[in-house]
Amino acid sequence: MLPELYNYWVVIVLMMIGFYIVIVQGNLIKKLIGLNIFQTSVFIFYISVGKVEGGSAPILAEGVSVYSNPLPHVLILTAIVVGIATMALALALVVRIKNAYGTVEEEELQERDLRC
Amino acid sequence: MTALLALQLTLVVPLCGALLIALCGRWPNLREAMTLSTAGLLFYLVIQVFGAVERGGDEAAALYVELWQILPGLHIALHSEPLSILFALVASGLWIVTSVYSIGYMRANQEKRQTQFYVCFAVAIFAAMGVAFSANLLTLFLFYEVLTLSTYPLVAHKGDDKARAGARTYLGILLATSIGLFLPAMMWTYFVAGTLDFRSGGILEGNIGGIGATILLLMFMFGIGKAALIPVHRWLPAAMVAPTPVSALLHAVAVVKAGVFTIAKVVIYIFGLDFLVDVPHEVIAVYIAGFTIVVASILALRQTNIKRMLAYSTVSQLSYIVLAVLVLTPLSEIGAIVHIVAHAVAKITLFFAAGAIYIASKKTEINQLDGIGFRMPITMAAFAIAALSMIGVPPTGGFVSKWYMIAGAFQVDSYFVLVVLTLSTGLNAAYFLPIIFRAYFRKESVAPPKPHGEAPLPMVGAICVTALLTLLVFFLNGPLVAFEMAVLGVPR
Amino acid sequence: MLSHLPILQVIVPLLAAPACLLLDRARAAWLFACMASFISVVISGLLVFQVHQFGVLSYSLGGWDAPWGIEYRIDLLSAYVLLIVSGIGALMILAADTAIRIEIPSERQPLFYVLYLLCLAGLLGIVATGDIFNVFVFLEISSLATYALIAQGRDRRALWAAYQYLIVGTIGATFILIGIGFLYSLTGTLNMQDLANRLPALESSATAFTAFAFLMVGVCLKLALFPLHLWLPNAYAYAPSIVTAFLAATATKVAVYLLIRFHFSVFGVGFAASVLPLHSIFLVLGLVGVFVASLVAIQQPNVKRLFAYSSVAQIGYMIIGIGIGTVTGLQATLLHLFNHALMKGALFLALAAIVFRFGSADIRHFAGLGQRMPWTMAIIVIGGLSLIGVPGTVGFISKWYLILAAFERDWWPLIIAVLLGSLLAVIYIWRLIEVAYFREGEGESRGEAPLSLLIPTAILALANIYFGIDTRLPVYLSDSAAQMLFGGGP
Repeated sequence: MLPELYNYWVVIVLMMIGFYIVIVQGNLIKKLIGLNIFQTSVFIFYISVGKVEGGSAPILAEGVSVYSNPLPHVLILTAIVVGIATMALALALVVRIKNAYGTVEEEELQERDLRC
Repeated sequence: MTALLALQLTLVVPLCGALLIALCGRWPNLREAMTLSTAGLLFYLVIQVFGAVERGGDEAAALYVELWQILPGLHIALHSEPLSILFALVASGLWIVTSVYSIGYMRANQEKRQTQFYVCFAVAIFAAMGVAFSANLLTLFLFYEVLTLSTYPLVAHKGDDKARAGARTYLGILLATSIGLFLPAMMWTYFVAGTLDFRSGGILEGNIGGIGATILLLMFMFGIGKAALIPVHRWLPAAMVAPTPVSALLHAVAVVKAGVFTIAKVVIYIFGLDFLVDVPHEVIAVYIAGFTIVVASILALRQTNIKRMLAYSTVSQLSYIVLAVLVLTPLSEIGAIVHIVAHAVAKITLFFAAGAIYIASKKTEINQLDGIGFRMPITMAAFAIAALSMIGVPPTGGFVSKWYMIAGAFQVDSYFVLVVLTLSTGLNAAYFLPIIFRAYFRKESVAPPKPHGEAPLPMVGAICVTALLTLLVFFLNGPLVAFEMAVLGVPR
Repeated sequence: MLSHLPILQVIVPLLAAPACLLLDRARAAWLFACMASFISVVISGLLVFQVHQFGVLSYSLGGWDAPWGIEYRIDLLSAYVLLIVSGIGALMILAADTAIRIEIPSERQPLFYVLYLLCLAGLLGIVATGDIFNVFVFLEISSLATYALIAQGRDRRALWAAYQYLIVGTIGATFILIGIGFLYSLTGTLNMQDLANRLPALESSATAFTAFAFLMVGVCLKLALFPLHLWLPNAYAYAPSIVTAFLAATATKVAVYLLIRFHFSVFGVGFAASVLPLHSIFLVLGLVGVFVASLVAIQQPNVKRLFAYSSVAQIGYMIIGIGIGTVTGLQATLLHLFNHALMKGALFLALAAIVFRFGSADIRHFAGLGQRMPWTMAIIVIGGLSLIGVPGTVGFISKWYLILAAFERDWWPLIIAVLLGSLLAVIYIWRLIEVAYFREGEGESRGEAPLSLLIPTAILALANIYFGIDTRLPVYLSDSAAQMLFGGGP
């Protein structure tokens, strides 16, 4: 089972790593890195799903009859763009948090909120 | 003008009146003229409707108008039947008298925000008319809430800490009971009966049984907080911080009577007398009412402030009506209805008198009243007549209603009710007679700083009218009882 | 022109957003955004009319027919939600000019309108589209705009709230993306109609189940279903007031729409029931949500936060409606979508007026407010009564249907629980009324918010009463939509 479906296993492992980082890490930047890994795992999932065994790139060419499915790849391009936008926004937020609080550690943030 | 049009106008007129009063706020004389003419017109309209109800037959049956459908099966509709026309007559008739009285009171006392006062008053009367003429429970509930909200500014009128605290209790208890118990009870009724219309014979028979009906009955009794059963009675003494005309009309007539009127409607037209007899433990409700009568009387006995004493007396008298309704015999129902009228005119007289005493002498406590009967003979005479009606002594209206209540209790051999009625009569005498005694048979201990006579003329006039009405209820009880009997289908 | 309405609904605000960027004066941007929003309302009104007249509208984007191209599909349900979102959006933008004057620095105000329009376009897009991947894209458009909008709050905690919401929201959206991926790998289509046709044959497939689970969890994160609601109170409390009002009245509604769309249209009513007790889960979570959130709301010192928790509770009611699993139950949910938008819109806008006067919505500013801002407080009272469910307000209508649905099932404990939940609302509304009317304010004089803020608020408050009495439009729309989702009627 493992060999044929190894792509799914990779996805699951990456996803869990990402999720774990998001939950456990107190550093806002590291949280974002985790989030990024989490998203990336899904991208890989889409891309590997579209791959057809022995298929070529979906460009019409002579002698090629089996093509990989291009749709998931196109979809994931959109998702990647969305991911980048999210990441840019998140980083911008972190910059402003750093300016406002002087820290990017979750615990210190909460501490400073409680103090005022 | 057809009676049906008159019925609809009874809601339009007070609202327009409120608007006109607000617009005339800058010219006090014009404003007061608006109040009086609105009150007069409203009374005329109610008389028109009354005529149609009295003539009976098709014309009375046609007194139904559906204004709006909220959801299928849920209507806002108006209808006039004998019970409602009586409540409407009392409320609108006494509004005229009270308006005259308040003009004297508010001016003599130089109250602030008088325009707001008269506007809210008109809106409250609008709500009372709506309660009276509701054709179903939902319409009644809506007007019931409008009545609560529109009287809140009147209770908080003075604007000081005491007034605010009183208004808080007032609003809190009335809203909480109506939303917490009345509304769920209403929904429950709809879901089991499929309708909320008031129908003779009730709508619940065969739709709800056993202990459920008992719980529903109790939910209604306590949910209708305006009927002031113990322990939801506390808003009524608290509301006494309001100016006296408010206490007089609203907390002796419109608001509290709306409460007992609603209970009567629920018992007669939602449960139905025949069905309620079979409800298990229905007698619990009777005990609660009896308990309220006695305890409130005892509390009244302990009060030193005139208005607060009157408030507790009202709590006790309201439970007379609830008790009589729950005895479930036709005669006791008549007693309840007559008592709505008899208590209304008597209690408004008592409040008028208390207000007149306050305006003339600034006295608010019972022990300050020594010898006041000689300074204010007319006022105190009226007070005495009304007090006798409270006790139930002929020739006053209170005697008639008590007579029918006792007769009704005998019909079902309810000794509990008889004992309660006797006991409370004694207690009523115990807290009213000392006041009359003080007023006439004791010498004034300290002369007042300023010698005073009667209150301003409009107030004295109003007091005389209501005192006279108290007597009239006794002498003219025949037609009144006959009218109600004919309608409730009681054989004489 | 008329046949292009489905796409115009989305494209107008979507294109207006970058155009807004070109206007560097706040007032000009505001007028432009107002114009775009009102065009949206007109379009959604026309759409409701068209759907009512001709049935479901299908629009192929770029002329590519479904299932290859992206289809925009407007049925009664989507037309109804579009009307709610665009209507509320337009009212909010009317008030925005005044409301943001003190909450957002003037140089950032034109950008506010850009974000606002983007968010509106995203929300409308989610509802209009008939393609599940398109749903994800619009979801992210609206979410990204929302994160940025929340971060505009004056309090620095707004940044932190926005960050937290971003993390949770992205996880939710990614879950939805995973679900979509599974569905595609299983069926080979992204079109909702196609999916609905193909999925019944695959009912027993573990992949379909996994996809369903991911989609549900993702959507529930977005709609702040208890216990996934933790992001919401902070986000609502620290965002600029107008943003809170807009989000509370629209964003959660769209999330509920998505839940209904996935649950009923894509997978079909029977699907969930065959694999897991989804309805029981909804019932339990909804009820717990109502009680926990209401109890927490009672203790909040910040009124914005109080109403944020109240929103979580109200979402609970909507979920209960779905959980009852009958046409009437779903209709109660749909009605509450509309009604809750009206009440929370009115309440949060009234709070915006209070923030405008005092700089925050802390409960201590409410002392004596009954005298100082009589109109605003009157609106809060109306909204509060509606929240409780007093007859004569819209709240009563949705409660009525919810209880009716429970009654049809003979679920008495549920009826009692719903009524008890309303009593909790009585408590937190009473707290406000008590402070506002029965406590003396400190020294500040009487002064209402400007009319430009008060009028839209008053319109919403009156709508609370109007639609509580004249219920024909929402009842008709919700009834037809609910029947359609259950596979009967139009």
